[in-house]
Amino acid sequence: MRVAICEYGAGNVRSVRLAFARLGAAETEDVLAADLAVLPGIGAARAAMAGLRERGHDAALRARFEDGRPILGICLGLQLALAGTEEDGGVPGLGLVPGRAVRLRDGRVPRIGWARVDGDAAFYFAHSYAAETPCAVSWSEGVVAEVRHGSFIGCQFHPEKSGAAGAAYLESVCRSLA
Amino acid sequence: MPLPRLIPCLDVADGRVVKGVRFQGLRDVGDPVELGAHYSDEGADELVFLDVRATLDGRRTLVELVERVSERLAIPFTVGGGVRSVDDALALLEAGADKVAVNSAALARPGLVSELAREVGSQAAVVAIDAEGGAVRTRAGTTATGRSALDWAREAEERGAGEILLTSIDADGTREGYDLELTATVAGAVGVPVIASGGAGDASHVAEALEVAQAALLASILHEDPARLRTLRTELRERGVELR
Repeated sequence: MRVAICEYGAGNVRSVRLAFARLGAAETEDVLAADLAVLPGIGAARAAMAGLRERGHDAALRARFEDGRPILGICLGLQLALAGTEEDGGVPGLGLVPGRAVRLRDGRVPRIGWARVDGDAAFYFAHSYAAETPCAVSWSEGVVAEVRHGSFIGCQFHPEKSGAAGAAYLESVCRSLA
Repeated sequence: MPLPRLIPCLDVADGRVVKGVRFQGLRDVGDPVELGAHYSDEGADELVFLDVRATLDGRRTLVELVERVSERLAIPFTVGGGVRSVDDALALLEAGADKVAVNSAALARPGLVSELAREVGSQAAVVAIDAEGGAVRTRAGTTATGRSALDWAREAEERGAGEILLTSIDADGTREGYDLELTATVAGAVGVPVIASGGAGDASHVAEALEVAQAALLASILHEDPARLRTLRTELRERGVELR
């Protein structure tokens, strides 16, 4: 399997890269042709969208989505796929998935740590914003944990940092594409 | 709220785990990657690597260490010690760290915290505070700043810090329990997660700390006996603390 990781110049995509390498996936720079395109989640929304545009990833991801080819968005990568986010005074997203990201209102923010998803295995979260979308398929403490819409899969947690549970999640995503 | 976190802290110098008393007489006690992997296998929720020497020469070694750790581990880790600029932070994050901790450099120039929050995001910007008698000390605890820990924690949060790593110098290394008063005061004044640090001697201490803070740093208690993490987790569960 060939995975394209959409970098946008905001730090740590190394963990995501290593997580897919551990699963035996090969990496490609061709976002359009890859079996799976991954939109990692690091940094702030406005800079991330600008970085995606600079590299032409925004158009490539939209084209992939229209062709029904799989995309995995992680954390901010999930939020960027929405119509927009409240972050940075309001930033339009890629618009692949209906809904928007709003600032967390309950508990300590950023919400950092391991939390159960659908009351089951715990995954690592680190976020200040979360999706509000009709496409949510799983939750963690009232927060949208996973989104599915067309060929887009988004997770608010960081599977690449969630130990064995995270590796199993990524493996199941890869297996579902095979 | 996410589950309470147990965070082993590894002091490193020149790419090795070291142990010393108040940063004096550092003794090599092992490989950070191996020890980190051990803690990860034993259920650590995160790790902190603290470069206790933080020399300019050591920066490259530290970045290489971070690269090796990220290759081996799939749990989050924070790196601190000698981070003076956004570039320092980016080098560590690009090497695979999830968060960077700033301490003395942020006290000297609080704008660094704002820059980090803007450039790398609040979730990756940890402000470490060393407090004695409620007052902040800098340069590995050697120098008074005249600031209260409470005020500095509040300012750090306003500037965008995503977490406060609060070490009580009074409690550190005593193994007589965390400084609960200091921790509760700071945790009550900020809305970001607080990591309690300094003083863990047994499971009851950790359980107490986790009632007022979101995470507990484990240093001395594990340094003598890295296998202690597993028994500590069991004891905490027996006390009704829900862990991952």
